[in-house]
Formats: sequence, C-alpha cells, structure tokens
Amino acid sequence: MMTAELEVIRAGAGTTIQDRGRFLLRRYGVTPSGPMDWTAFQTVQHVLGNAEDAAAIEIGIGGIEVAASGGPIEVAFGGGGFIWTRNDKPLAPAMRITLHPGERLAAKPGAWGAFAYLAAAGGFDTPIDMGSRATHLRSRIGSPMIHDGDRVSTFGKPQQDLHADALIDAPWLVEHSDQPMRVLLGPQDDYFATEAIAVLFSSPFALEAASDRMAYRLSGAKIEHALGFNIVSDGIALGAIQIGGDGQLLVLMADHQPTGGYPKIGYIIRADIGRLAQMRPGEACRFVPCSMEKARTELFALEEKIAATSCKELKIAAGFSTELLRSINLIDGVVDL
Amino acid sequence: MSALHPPRFLPAGETALVVEYGRTIDPGIHDKVLALDSAIGSAKIDGIIETVPTYRSLLVHFDPRATTPEALIDQLNRLDTTAAAQSSSRKARRWRVPVCYAPELAEDLAEVADALSLTQERIISLHANALYRVYMYGFAPGFTFLGGLPEELAISRRPAPRPPAPEGSLLIAGGQALITTIAMPTGWYVIGQTPARMFDPARAQPFLVDAGDELVFEQIDLAAFEALRREAAAGNPIAICETV
Repeated sequence: MMTAELEVIRAGAGTTIQDRGRFLLRRYGVTPSGPMDWTAFQTVQHVLGNAEDAAAIEIGIGGIEVAASGGPIEVAFGGGGFIWTRNDKPLAPAMRITLHPGERLAAKPGAWGAFAYLAAAGGFDTPIDMGSRATHLRSRIGSPMIHDGDRVSTFGKPQQDLHADALIDAPWLVEHSDQPMRVLLGPQDDYFATEAIAVLFSSPFALEAASDRMAYRLSGAKIEHALGFNIVSDGIALGAIQIGGDGQLLVLMADHQPTGGYPKIGYIIRADIGRLAQMRPGEACRFVPCSMEKARTELFALEEKIAATSCKELKIAAGFSTELLRSINLIDGVVDL
Repeated sequence: MSALHPPRFLPAGETALVVEYGRTIDPGIHDKVLALDSAIGSAKIDGIIETVPTYRSLLVHFDPRATTPEALIDQLNRLDTTAAAQSSSRKARRWRVPVCYAPELAEDLAEVADALSLTQERIISLHANALYRVYMYGFAPGFTFLGGLPEELAISRRPAPRPPAPEGSLLIAGGQALITTIAMPTGWYVIGQTPARMFDPARAQPFLVDAGDELVFEQIDLAAFEALRREAAAGNPIAICETV
C-alpha cells in the first residue's frame, strides 16, 4: 500500500496538527493543547473509525486547500460552519469523502464559526513529540504550523474499505447555537461577592479580538473581586474562567497553562467548550449556572451522540449540485451560492 | 489524611478536583501537597489521569466516566499520606545550579537595586546564597518556581510585562524566584542567567528537577558561563545533584 499524502496547496495562519492532547506532563508546565472544538474534532475522527489518539488538522479562519497525492485518501471534515469545495465544486458542510489523487479539497469560513477539522482515515502520520502529536506553537512542541507546500502523510486504510461519499449526520457540526454557556462555579468563587456572581449570569459578554488558542478574552459588565485579583498559583484545567485585574473574563482554552495566579470564578462545562471556541470576535454570549450532575450528564450525552454519529452515503456521481442535494432534503440550505 | 488540618476539596470543572491545603507559600503546606501527590502516585486510583502539584494545592485530573468527584474525595481521604510524606522526604535531592550575574545577563539588576535601595552586590549575594525549595513547574514547560528568596528581595511584579527573557533567565518577583526555559514575556525581573537547562527535550529526563527538591546556586563568571552553555548545548549535564 503506497503512503498517501495530503499536499497542502494553501494553509491559513494557525493551521495545526492536533490530536486529543498531550497529557501526563502538566506537572512540568506543559499545556495539553489539542483541538479547540473537541466535539467537531471527535465527530470527524469517529466517522472514519479512527483510534482515539489519531491526529487531524485544525483549520482556522484562514482556511485551507489540499490535494491528495500518492493514492486515494478517505477524509472527513466539518465544524465551524466552514464552506467546503472539491475541485471548486460545492460540497456539504460536513462529509466523509474519498479524495482521489490530484483532486483538490478546500475550506473557507462561512457565516459563523472559527475552527474546522480535516481528518484522514488512519490519522495523520506526523512526529510524536513528548507522547503526543498535538501542537503547541509557543513552546515549539509538536509539528510546526502547517504551511503552503507541506506534505502531510496519512496512515491510511486498505483500499477495499473506502466508502462512497457521505454526509455526516451531526447537527452540532453544522448548526450555530445561540444557547447560553453553562458554568460550574469554583474553585475561587468565594473570591467574589454574590452580586459579582450575579453579574456573570445576567450580562452578555463579547469576544475580544485579542483572543487565541490559549485564552478567549470576553468583555462586558465588570466582575468585582472581593479578595483581590491575585492568588498563589494553583492548577488550571480547560475551560477555566479567570477574572483578571480589570474585572473582565479570560476563558482558558486548548493551549492553557496548567497553573496560574488569577482567581477562577468557574469553569465552562465540557459540553459547551466547543461552542465557545466557535465564537467570533464581536459575538456575544451569556452564561448560566450549572450543577455538577447536569454538567456530567450533558457531557456523557454529547459523547454518546458523537459515538453514534452515522453517515448517509450518496449514491450519486461526483459533481452533484446543491439543488440536487436540497431536493433530496439532505442539507438545509447551508451552502450559499 | 491528617485530621488536624484537613484540606478543602474544590471542583475545577467536571474533570479536575482541587485538593487545597492553604492559600500561601509555606513549606509546611507544600509538604502536604507533596505527600498527597506521592500517595496518589503509589495508590493507582481508578480514573485519575495525572496530578499537578502547586505551592498549596494538588490538582487531580480525572476521567469523569471512570469516577465521580465524591468517589475520588472518599478515596483520597482514605489514603495514608503520613507514610508517603516520610518516604518522599528521604528521597529529596539538592541541586547545585551554576549562575552568572554579569551585566550582559542581568538586564534588570540595576532597576531592582534602585527599587529596593540595595546595592547590586547585595542583591547578588542574597540571591546566590539562599537555600531554595522547588515548589512547582508552571507557566511554560520547565519554568521552575522556587521558594526561599530572602525577604529583602521582595519586589512586586511589574505593572506591565517586559519583553521576553532568554532561556535560563533568573527572575524574581512577588517574593518568589524563577528559572525560565523558553523565551516568554514576563512581569518579573531578570537578575541573572544559568547555563543549566531546566527543560531539555533531548535529555532522557527532559525535566531536570522535581517539586520538593532543594536547590542552591553557585556563582560563576561570564567565561565559565559561556563554557558551560556550550556543554549544555552538547547535552552534557550542568547542574549537579546530591541526595540529602
């Protein structure tokens, strides 16, 4: 079996290889990294039957264009409302397809969202660094950022297992949700008066442009500290909401430091962190409190939904039109021509 | 666990539990963190992925499918941390780390001298002759946080960060001392540099020290610094470890 590769024709800034994350080294100051939207990442990996530790490509607002080379590659893509095309012909926003050698697959941002994922059958064969293929650009751990001209190998799978093109049946990949973000209070919620916590849950907060894979800055009504804005450093996990000296929110995302010195009023629940990651600067959201029990059941329910994701194979020749897709009611007008 | 000073158990989302022994930098509090960390390491509790020791708490990362916060608290409460504390103190190590305070390597020394109304010589003497404890890693891979900085050197963090300090910088702020690895902007003050690599991905043990280790500095001149830096680049050990 020849090793198939994706040739990167064009990659927007911030395109990186990510696997589920780099664990067991947080005690040494190593961030776990991994995907910004784990739900989209896991969904596209699942429909390819990839192992839990497989690596995929995380695509940002700059989009991407790739071609298959060395053999056909089964890929799955979706997330963040991105618009996908094959050889410039429209595709649905979340699909599993076979990309034949020379065929070009491109993604650009759509009306909403910030991150899309491109997975390949078997996962991407990139170097393992400190136990993981996840990328942390700032500490230069993992692969460098993906650039124009790069070639990314895939592990692949036997040809006879390749499927016909299929739509991924996963509404969370293609629908923009306006639902509030749910928050588990603690561990430093006692650093805030009841009134300050009430402000968190009664005001809109907008994403600032100065946001990145490490942290999302959200501004809105000021959250007053009751016990000052410094704590002696303690541990941090994904989704922590730090309140800085300015009373504004800093939500710690995939590239968060494992420890920090600002009070954490609460955590975005895991089930909602992907939706938060898909916000764009200027977009606003609200927060609501959530119990531990509900946070857990929501997480398990979402994981189960992802694990049950199915694909609807299209028994139509390649090059089907949007009209055709609409007419068989398989997409909901998400491709805008 | 000791009934005299029970820790607080605090949620950090659905997948991590904070075991908090205090809110200050204190060797006694830190000993408890390390004792629990060591006990968990030996116990093999279902669902625990990894633990992160900090100055005054242990963050326990767990798989929410494999366990619950309540079950975890119950199991942690039943661990015998006193035995672990004794055995982990037997294994404590003391590192001797060469450091250089030449002006080229100590960009903020004059600023600190000014702020604290001390001579540069006095600052160097205080910093170089202290006995430090490694409290934790944090902020970036291999950034080593030390306690034991003499009180005379207490200077508040900068109101705004200064440009990145080079690898191996010796930083002070807020009563703490820090040895850096990757170049990052910082709100601390650069008063020297070490040729030793706290983090070297090429090394069999990429991270040099462990939380709880002792650390002392050995002052060297610029020529020795350059020589040792070449040694470090070649992968040769620079810091010396003694068992205490």
